[in-house]
Amino acid sequence: MTATAPAQTPANGVERPGRFKEFYHYFSENRGAVFGLWIFAGFVFVAAFAPWLAPYDPAEQFRDFTLIPPAWQEGGNWAFPLGTDPLGRDMLSRLLTGARYSFFVGVVVVTVSATGGIIIGLISAFAPKWLDAIIMRVMDIILAFPSLLLALVLVAILGPSLTNAMIAIAIVAQPHYVRLTRASALGELQKDYVTSARVVGAGLPRLMFLTVLPNCLAPIIVQAALSFSTAILDAAALGFLGMGAQPPTPEWGTMLAEAREFILRAWWVVTFPGLAILITVLSINLMGDGLRDALDPKLKRS
Amino acid sequence: MLRYLLSRLLTFVPTFFGVTLISFAFIRVLPGDPIIVMAGERGLSEERYQELVRQYGFDKSVFQQYVDYLGGVLQGDLGASFVTKKPVWDEFFSLFPATLELSICAMIFAVALGIPAGVIAAVNRGKLPDRLFMSSALVGYSMPIFWWALLLIILFSGMLGWTPVSGRMSLMYFFEPVTGFMLIDSLLSGQEGAFRSAVSHLILPTIVLGTIPLAVIARQTRSAMLEVLGEDYIRTARAKGLSPARVNGVHALRNALIPVVTVIGLMVGTLLAGAILTETIFSWPGIGKWMVDSIFRRDYPVVQGGLLLIASMVMIVNLTVDVLYGLINPKIRRR
Repeated sequence: MTATAPAQTPANGVERPGRFKEFYHYFSENRGAVFGLWIFAGFVFVAAFAPWLAPYDPAEQFRDFTLIPPAWQEGGNWAFPLGTDPLGRDMLSRLLTGARYSFFVGVVVVTVSATGGIIIGLISAFAPKWLDAIIMRVMDIILAFPSLLLALVLVAILGPSLTNAMIAIAIVAQPHYVRLTRASALGELQKDYVTSARVVGAGLPRLMFLTVLPNCLAPIIVQAALSFSTAILDAAALGFLGMGAQPPTPEWGTMLAEAREFILRAWWVVTFPGLAILITVLSINLMGDGLRDALDPKLKRS
Repeated sequence: MLRYLLSRLLTFVPTFFGVTLISFAFIRVLPGDPIIVMAGERGLSEERYQELVRQYGFDKSVFQQYVDYLGGVLQGDLGASFVTKKPVWDEFFSLFPATLELSICAMIFAVALGIPAGVIAAVNRGKLPDRLFMSSALVGYSMPIFWWALLLIILFSGMLGWTPVSGRMSLMYFFEPVTGFMLIDSLLSGQEGAFRSAVSHLILPTIVLGTIPLAVIARQTRSAMLEVLGEDYIRTARAKGLSPARVNGVHALRNALIPVVTVIGLMVGTLLAGAILTETIFSWPGIGKWMVDSIFRRDYPVVQGGLLLIASMVMIVNLTVDVLYGLINPKIRRR
C-alpha cells in the first residue's frame, strides 16, 4: 500500500520528467500486459467506431437468413461472416455494437464507484473516530452480501435496465475503493510531509485531495482496472439473468440469454458473445497485472 | 487474544443489525403492492385486502414493522413464502444442502487442482509450466462462468452425450432424503446406478462453480510459495540435503498455505454469487436458484429472509476466518 515513497514526489510539486516513461518501462516488462493493452485498444476502437465498422444495423432482421452458420462452415454465407441469430440478425454487427455497451458500463461504473469511494474513503480517514466507525460498518454491511445477489436485488427494485444495472454494480463496487483509499490514506497521514503541510496551514480539502490523495493513487488505479473487468462481467451476468440490458439491445450477456435455447442447434450464437466477453475481460486483467507491477514496486518481486 | 475476539465480535453486532435493516428496507421499497402481487390475477375484494394488510402488519408504522420483524428474526421467524406458504426458514434449510454439496465439490475441485498447479508454477518460475498454468489461471479468472457453463453443456451433453443437462438426479430414481446430500443419499438408498447418476449430474456444475476459485487459488499459491521459497530456512533445508520434493512440498508449502487458506475462507461470497448463475443454468435446486426465482416472482418474504440468511452466513464465515487468522498470526491481533 505504501508503494510510492514520498521522496519520489518533489516538494515543489513539479512532475519529475520521464515519470510516464519510467512507468511504461516497468509496464512493458510484462509482455502479457502490453498484449492486453493492444487488445484493449482494439476494444476501445471498436466501441468508438462500431456504427461505421458494422456491416449492418444490429437490429435489422434478414428473415430469409435465420440461423446461418459462420461463413467458413457449410451453409455459411460471406454476407454474414459470423452467421446470423434466430431472428436473422447479423452476429458480427451485433457483437461490434455490443462492445459499446460493455465499454460504457465499464467507464461509468469505474468513474462513479471510484469517485464516490475515494471521497468517502478520504473522509473516513480524516474524520473523527465515531464517523470513521460508522462509515466502515456501512461498508461491511454492503460487503456482507454476495455482490451479484445484491446487484440483482437492487435491479429488481429499480427495474431491469442497463442504466439500473450500472447503478447497482457501482454501489456494489464502491466499498472496495473506500477501504483501499482509507487504508492507504491512514498510512500516509502519519508521514512527515503531511504534518508539515498541516503546519504550513493547508486546509482540510487541500490536505485531503492535493497532499494525501496523489500518494494513495497506485493501489486505487490497480483496483480501477480490476473493477472495470468485474463491471463488464457483472453487467453481462445481469443481462444473462434477464435483469440487465433488455432485448433487443445487442449487449453480450443479453445476447447469450436470448441464444440459450439454441445451444445444441447453433453453436455460434452462443460461442461468439461469450468469447467477446472473455477476450475483453482477459485483456483488462492482463493490463491490470502490468499496472500492479509498474505502480506497486512492493508487489513486483512476488 | 480474548480482547481481539471481543473486538471482532463487537463489530459483528452492528453489522448484523445493519443487514437486517437493509433486507427489511428492500421489501418496503420494491415497486408494487406486495399484497396485490400475492393475490395474483384473481384479484381481491376490498375486505380481504384490508384483512391481509392487517395480517401482515402493513397498517402499522414502518418503525413498528421493523421492530416486529427484528423480534421475529431473533426468534428464528422469517415469515412465510407468498407462493408456497411455507416458512422461509424451512425452505432455506431444505434447499441449503444442495448448494452446500455443490459448493463443497467445487472447492475440492479448486483446491485439488489449484494448489498443485500453484506449487509447480512457483518451483518452475518463468519456465513453461509456470507460463502455461498462470495464463490458464488468468483465463479462468476472467471467465464469464455462465458462458463457460453453456460451452461445457454443448461439448459434454450435446456433442458427447456424457452428462445430463440439468437437475441433481435422474427421474428414474426416487428415495427419501436422509442427509440432503445426493451423493450420500444415493449410496444409502442402495439403488443401483443412483450414485452414478448423482455424480454425473454434479460434474459440470462443479467445474463451472469451481473455475474462478481454482484460478484464484492457483495464483495465490504461486505468489505465497515464491515468497516463502526466498526465505533462509528453505536454503537451510536445501543445504541439509533434503530432496526438492520434501523442501517444496512440506517445508515451503506448509507456510505458504496460511494466506491460501485465508483466501479460501473468504471465498464464500464468491461461491454464493457463482451459485446464483450455476444453479440457474443447471436447474440445480439450491439457494441460488431459489433466490433468483423468488426475485422474479416478487416473493418478498423469501427475498428478504434469503438475503438476511445468506449475508449472515458470509459474515459468520468471514468472522471465523478472521479469528482463526488472528490465532495463527499474532501480528494481526495488535491492530
